[in-house]
Parts: sequence; structure tokens; C-alpha cells
Amino acid sequence: MSALSLVPNADRVAADAAALRAPLAIRGLTVSYGQQPAVFSVDMTLRAGAMTAIVGPNGAGKSTLMKAALGIVTPLSGRITAFGAPVELQRHRIAYVPQRASVDWDFPARVIDVVLMGMYRDLGLLGRVRAHHRDFARDCLDRVGMTDFADRQIGQLSGGQQQRVFLARALAQNADLYMLDEPFAGVDAATEKAIIAVLKGLRDEGRTVLVVHHDLATVAEYFDDVLLIATRKVAEGPVTQVFTADNLQATYGGRLATQQIDRLPGAGA
Amino acid sequence: MLWEALTLQLGYNATLVTVGAALLGFAAGVTGTFLFLRKRALVSDAISHATLPGVGLAFLAMVALGGDGRNLAGLLIGSALSAWVGLLAVSFLTRRTRLAEDAAIGAVLSVFFGFGIVLLTVIQSLGAGRQAGLEDFLLGSTAGMLRADALLIAGGGALVLAVVLALRRPLTLVTFDPDYAVARGLPVARLDLLMMGLVMAVTVIGLKVVGLILIVALLIIPPVAARFWSDRSDHVVLLSGAIGAVSAWVGAALSATAPNLPTGPMIVLTAFAIFALSLLAAPGRGVLAAALRQNRFRRRVHMRQGLLALAHGQPIYEGLTLRLLQHAGLVRPDGVPTEAGQARAARALRDEARWAELRAGPGNEAAAALHDGVRDIETVLTQDQIAEIDRRIGGPRGVPG
Ligand SMILES: Nc1ncnc2c1ncn2[C@@H]1O[C@H](COP(=O)(O)OP(=O)(O)OP(=O)(O)O)[C@@H](O)[C@H]1O
Ligand SMILES: [Mg+2]
Repeated sequence: MSALSLVPNADRVAADAAALRAPLAIRGLTVSYGQQPAVFSVDMTLRAGAMTAIVGPNGAGKSTLMKAALGIVTPLSGRITAFGAPVELQRHRIAYVPQRASVDWDFPARVIDVVLMGMYRDLGLLGRVRAHHRDFARDCLDRVGMTDFADRQIGQLSGGQQQRVFLARALAQNADLYMLDEPFAGVDAATEKAIIAVLKGLRDEGRTVLVVHHDLATVAEYFDDVLLIATRKVAEGPVTQVFTADNLQATYGGRLATQQIDRLPGAGA
Repeated sequence: MLWEALTLQLGYNATLVTVGAALLGFAAGVTGTFLFLRKRALVSDAISHATLPGVGLAFLAMVALGGDGRNLAGLLIGSALSAWVGLLAVSFLTRRTRLAEDAAIGAVLSVFFGFGIVLLTVIQSLGAGRQAGLEDFLLGSTAGMLRADALLIAGGGALVLAVVLALRRPLTLVTFDPDYAVARGLPVARLDLLMMGLVMAVTVIGLKVVGLILIVALLIIPPVAARFWSDRSDHVVLLSGAIGAVSAWVGAALSATAPNLPTGPMIVLTAFAIFALSLLAAPGRGVLAAALRQNRFRRRVHMRQGLLALAHGQPIYEGLTLRLLQHAGLVRPDGVPTEAGQARAARALRDEARWAELRAGPGNEAAAALHDGVRDIETVLTQDQIAEIDRRIGGPRGVPG
């Protein structure tokens, strides 16, 4: 913790009170690979029941932030809580869809088997896979439009289809917080619509959804809140207040074409 | 004699040895599956070679303490300790130096094995006669095995088997997607360690039967063979165990009929025979099935192309296509389509039109994904669905000309 954080102020106290219950609250998170910080001193609080986008350029530390929150990479410093408890105790309430699943695609597993892995906790160590488990897994596949592929070996799918299988695995987990790392990368327009409908459905059931998202043009349409990062946090809050040309300029620097900014809300056009 | 050995009619001791070997084989097969799928097969080779110094040192220690140097339990404890040191050495070299894992394995394997051979040679020159049997740990031998030893092997195999089967779900999760396993809160590092511990247990228990040089084969060949038969990890695990068990059973029986044959090579050769059979004959992933499928598909592609050419009134020059069409009585030797040929061509054309309609429409992704250019749409859709498509594209189309 830096010396600054030792000085309480009204804002901070209020924010920490909110963070006490938040689906995910991160304080002072720094992660580095070697000597180069990928995420530096980031604070963020997710609003329960909202859909939040993480937006930032390539290499901004978006994936790293998620992985640190999930314990896949070990942070250099920082405190992470989920639903008011240390995140390690809440892992079962958090579902994750990685940017690129680093799995062996020749692994002996069918699509349905991968989805059943999401139900690991329900199945227990020795319990048999019963009809209602299988039905629920099929239901999850149905929600991402993959029912007809249930019996395929996972390597025999296209990239976009593989992505949807991992989304179905996350759905099967029946979690309270969903973290998806670029679920729309390499996915066609119809599939993107289908996935966003699934995610909005989750939100409408009161679950919280956090998505790393690259397409600035759809941020306002898809999301309630946004977190802008470029190694450090640039801004966080409701899309309507935070997703502004100035903040985007600060996030992307010179990398953003001006006409891209002009099309965004708050650009004064 | 071989039949008697296989059917356990060679007396109580031989039966115990065969059953013990089979249990060991089953344990090796299921443990090996996770090792193979985690892509750490070679580590087991380092572990097995690292057992040898432990065998020698345990023998010397037991003799020095005035006991029987050949006590199997003592030798196995010694081998487990030195295998553990070898495993630590591999993991230290990979994590603390820039050495890649394969190089670390090569280094540890050869140094430990060399040291072990030196120890064995020293022992041989010390107390002639008393060391008899230590070489059996290289290639395995079940000849004249004590009842207690056989029980130790059977019990150890059963224990390893029980642990792996009880933990098959977390092990599968860690093997398939370690990052996801971490995110789910599984103790991935500890499970990996446990897996290595189980491999070590199999190795140590199998030393007497299979021998340290070949035990890696009993861990790796069964899963590789089993993989040909199934795309489901739970099936692969069990099948691999069964293959390991059968190999060990048959191998032990073979060597019982000819006591001069070392047991390890017999077991490994049996496993290899099952592997070769799987490679050739397995449906799905086997070589023969793949070749047959490929050939059949090629003929269907030619047939379909030929029919479409007929439908469009185009000439056909391709030799195989012509032969196939003629053989089916669809064109005359002079290349003119027969009546049957015209009917089939019209149907093929209609099938194409139906597919095009299906693929253009929304909501049929899975069915449309089955489109491979030769599959008949009637094998994919119901009559009702086809009638609906026909309604959209209009009545049947004839063959031009
Ligand atoms: N395993 C790793 N080892 C070393 N450096 C890494 C590793 N993973 C990421 N980095 C570095 O950390 C920084 C942040 O990476 P991260 O993957 O979090 O970016 P990102 O915002 O997700 O980018 P993208 O939009 O390309 O997915 C980058 O500079 C990257 O080079
Ligand atoms: Mg990323």
C-alpha cells in the first residue's frame, strides 16, 4: 500500500463501503512479468448486476487484470475481494472464459464433456454424470447455439465455435460473476448478437458480467459500465459518463484515428 | 503351458504374480493416461532411471545393518527416495536454470543411471552370490518371486488405481485446461505433484516385474493405444488401464512359461502388439479406417461432380469419374447419359439447390455445417423440412437438354 492510501477521505471511505459487497473489488493491483508492469496500481469496483466492459489498447493489461483477479497470475501487490470475501474463497461463484483457451485441441473430449467440466462442483469427486446434468449441459450448449455439435471432438470445430463451447462451459458453472476475455474476437456478426443476448440474459437475472471488449463502436450499445485502462486505470463508471472522447484519447494516445473518436458519444459532433 | 499360465492354473504363487502384474498394469495404464495427456511422458523415464542408485544404496544399507539385502520392501523404499531426488533435480534444473525440460530429463536420467550401474557393479564385486537378483530390477523378472513380494505389488497397484480413479475428475480438469483449473480454485500445483507421486509409485512397484528400463513403456503405450479408440477421456482412461492389465497379464504368463525370458520385455511387446492393432484397425482414428473413409469420400466426390456435369450437359474427361458412372450404369460407354443417369443427375442438381437454400436461410447453422458437397440433404433433414425448402425453391427441376 502506498502512503497515500493511509490518509482516509470521504470518497475513499464511501467507495470502500461499496466495495465491501461488490462482486469484484480490486485495490492497488500491480502485476508485472519480469521488470515491466503490465498492470500498475489499479483500483476498480464492479457494480453488481451490471455489464461492464474493460477497454484499452493491445498490451494494456486487460487480460492480465482478469487473470490476476482469478489467481491465474500472481500479483506483485494488491488486494482482491469478491462478494465481500477474499477472492480465493469465492472462486466457485466466478466463471471465466479465456481469450484463447490454451488447451490441447486433440484432447480426448467432446463438446459436451467440456461443458460438463463446468459442472465440476455439482458432479463432485465420485458422483455419476446423471441425466439432469447432461440435460443442463445440453441446455447451456443450446443457449450458445451449439447443441448439434455436442458429440464432436473439440478439435473438429472452428475457432468461433470453440469460443462458444467455452462460453457454454462457463454458463454450466451457474456463477454469479462472469468474466469473459474478448468473447467476440473472431466471431461472426450473428454469433456476436447471440452471445450478447446470452450475456444480457445473465445480467437480467441479476448476475454480474465483465467483458474485455475491443470494438469501441458497440460499447455504448452493449454495456452499462466501462473500465478504461492502459496499464494504469484511466477511468471507470457508467458508459454515459466515462466513455468520452477525452478519456479514450487518454487511453489510446495517438493510436486512435480521429474519425473513430468523432463517431463516439460525447465527441461534440 | 501358456494356456495354463494365462488361465491361472500354475498354482497359487504364479496366480498371485499374474494377478499382481495385471493390477500393476491397470494402475500404470490409468496413471499413464494423465501423464501422456499432460505431455509429461518423458518425466517418467527420468523417474524410473533415477530409482537405480536407490536400489543399490538400500541393498548396501540393509546388508550393513545385518539384514537381508534382498528385502523387496526395503529396496523399493530406497528406490522411491532416489526417484524423488531425481524428480526434484529435474524440476530444479527446469525452474532455476534456463535448461529446457527435455535437457534436464536427459541429464538427470543418465547421471542417476550411471551412478546406479556403478553401485551395482561394486555390490557384485563385494559379496558374491548375495546380491543375486538386483539385475532383475533392470528388465524385470517374476521367476521365483516370493509370495510376500507378489502381494506387495498387487496391493500397491490396487492402491494407486484407487487414488487415480477417485481423483479422475480434478486430474482431467488440470490436464485439459490448467488455467481454468486454477480459476476454479483447484490446487493445481499439488495435483501435479500428486500425479508425479503416483507415477513414481507405479514405477517403484513395477521395478521388480517390468524393470526400470521399460516401465516407461507400460505408462505410455497403453494410453497411446487407447486414444485410437475413443474421443472421451473417461473411456480412454479405463481402456488404457485395461490394455495395461492385459499386457501385464499376458507378458507375465509368457515369461512364466519360459523362465529365462525377462518379464519386462514380454509385457512391453504385448503392449506394443495391442498398440499396432489399434493403430491399424481402430475405427475412427485407425489408419485403415481413415484410408477407407478417404477413398470412399473421393469416389463420392467424383460421382457427384460427374452427375452435376451430366445435369449441366457438360462433357466429362476425368477417367475415374467416367469409370464410376459407367460402372453404375449411368452413362453409356460413348459418354451419353442413360435414362437412370439423367434421373440421378436431376436429383443431384435438386440436392444442390436444396443445400443452397438451407445455407442461405438463418438458424440452420448446425445442419448447414454438415454440407460437404457430397452428402445427400435427405440424410440430414426430415421430410417436412425438405418439403418446406422445396416450397421455397419451387417445383423439381429437370435436366437441361
Ligand atoms: N506471459 C507473459 N509473459 C511476459 N509478458 C507478458 C505475458 N503476458 C502478457 N505480457 C505482457 O503484459 C502486457 C499486458 O498483456 P495483456 O495480455 O494483459 O494485454 P491485453 O490488454 O489483454 O492485450 P490484448 O488486447 O492484445 O489482448 C503486454 O505488454 C504483454 O506483452
Ligand atoms: Mg488480452
